[in-house]
Amino acid sequence: MKLAWKELTRRPSRFLTAGGALTLIVILLLLLGGLLDGLYLSATAALRAQSASVIVYSTESRDSLLRSRIEPSTREQVAAVDGVESVTGFGIALLGAKIPGRSDLADVAVFGYEAANARVPAPLPTGQVYADRTLQDEGVAIGDTLLLGPAQTPVTVKGWVEDTAYLFQSGLWANAETWRRVLAENRPDQVLGPGTFQALLVTPHEGVSDQRVANAIDTQVPGVSALTKQEAILGLPGVEQQSSTFASIIGVTFLVAGLVVALFFALVTLERVGLFGVLKAIGANSRTLAAGLALQALLIAAGAFALGGALTLLLARVIPPEVPLQLVPKRAIFIAIGIVVTALIGSAISFRRIVRIDPASAVGGS
Amino acid sequence: MSALDMQDVRKVYGSGDTEVVALDHASIAVGDDEMVALVGPSGSGKTTLLSIAGGLLSPTDGAVRVGPHEITQYDRRELTRFRREFVGFVFQGANLVPFLTAKENLLVAADLAGRKGKHTERRAETLLEELGLAARMGNTPAALSGGEKQRVAIGRALMNEPELVLFDEPTSALDTKLGEQVMDLIRSEVKGRGTAAVVVTHDSRMTHYADRTVEIRDGRLVA
Repeated sequence: MKLAWKELTRRPSRFLTAGGALTLIVILLLLLGGLLDGLYLSATAALRAQSASVIVYSTESRDSLLRSRIEPSTREQVAAVDGVESVTGFGIALLGAKIPGRSDLADVAVFGYEAANARVPAPLPTGQVYADRTLQDEGVAIGDTLLLGPAQTPVTVKGWVEDTAYLFQSGLWANAETWRRVLAENRPDQVLGPGTFQALLVTPHEGVSDQRVANAIDTQVPGVSALTKQEAILGLPGVEQQSSTFASIIGVTFLVAGLVVALFFALVTLERVGLFGVLKAIGANSRTLAAGLALQALLIAAGAFALGGALTLLLARVIPPEVPLQLVPKRAIFIAIGIVVTALIGSAISFRRIVRIDPASAVGGS
Repeated sequence: MSALDMQDVRKVYGSGDTEVVALDHASIAVGDDEMVALVGPSGSGKTTLLSIAGGLLSPTDGAVRVGPHEITQYDRRELTRFRREFVGFVFQGANLVPFLTAKENLLVAADLAGRKGKHTERRAETLLEELGLAARMGNTPAALSGGEKQRVAIGRALMNEPELVLFDEPTSALDTKLGEQVMDLIRSEVKGRGTAAVVVTHDSRMTHYADRTVEIRDGRLVA
């Protein structure tokens, strides 16, 4: 181990190729992970923000918030299901918003909601909204009146909320009456009666699982489809496909990292056959030599992660804000562990060769 | 008790038609502070004998004892431990660890045997001083001459105070004058410590440094 450490610190240039390649791979992994998280978080924020853990759509909507309709009578039936603690209504309207002083429109998602959730306080009086802070970049300020949709329905921004977008459209959070008015004025085909929502947000009793409540609602209430929050998030258009595509690319990138390390240490081991033979002859065992190799792989991977991480942070500063890149610590930890484990596995490919080096090869000329 | 005692040792490679007898009923005893030169042409079995004496190879038949250690039946792990603690090796062309200094090359041997601390460091320094390398302790092999490298290798072999030191053509990469200096040094070091030594050489000019010369031909010891 000591030998491996000394080789690494005294001959760092020998490890530049592998270290450099791994650093680039780390940057790629962090950027891919950051894009995946950015896309996922921007698409799913409005649903993730909900404190309720079960979401109910109408069956014919095929689990789409935009197509769903839930009548007040259905809401009463859902509220009566065993295990349901509380039910609130939820609705959405996707529109363009005219911002004072700006000629172009901003894409917004107007939410109608009835109770505070994890990120949005209780609804404001009619005509007032909480706005997602991303709208600040579009030039919106507190107190501004935005004109929504072709009918130019006015709403006034009273406060900021964080991380509440729906499919990349910034959230405007309004009470049910405001939302219904916006919908009725701008989407004449979607005029909803009083008490009608697009979805229901259900909080189960403490100790009752989300899945159990969802199943109970499905069986006891006709015409509705109840999903856990996670199922509803993955059911958003494109989210699951996006996640699985990125996960595959990230997986392949890890594979490439493993191959780079495996190839590098295979070459290094080949180069060191003579030295390892001598060390074995004077009493080093295969385990010590293999542990040294693993240590080098671990340190190279850790160094590559540190350098790659720092470079990615610098890079993130110059990436335009419209690129949905979000560097999340959880993802960085996953990539750090992943790259170290991949490097260890890659180096382990050479262990067999080390074991097979014959100490007797040290004598008789080399 | 002799430092090395090999009785009727055979080493056979392959089997059937491809069988090669590398060592054929070889018996040799080396006294506690005796220095023996082992000479013979290429392929005569010198290296095989040296490898078996040092626990690098196991014999096909016969018995091998080094000091009190009956190594004939040792498994691979036991042989590794034996080599680490009880034998010293000096290889052709020194074979030092290229990225370590002269002193650290000696400490590698000590480290493998689990010896650490100030005392070990002092021993490495003393050995290098004795070998005339006091000023070269901090140099890596790339900065040392051929003769200096071989002296460092001798220091490494002696580091763990072995009962037997095995030299594999220690002068083959050196010119005559340097070769003689190194042989002179080997003799004074092993004699000064009362350590047994077997020196494999094909250079008859070097054999007079040994107490005795043994010749090997076609796997058989002939003198």
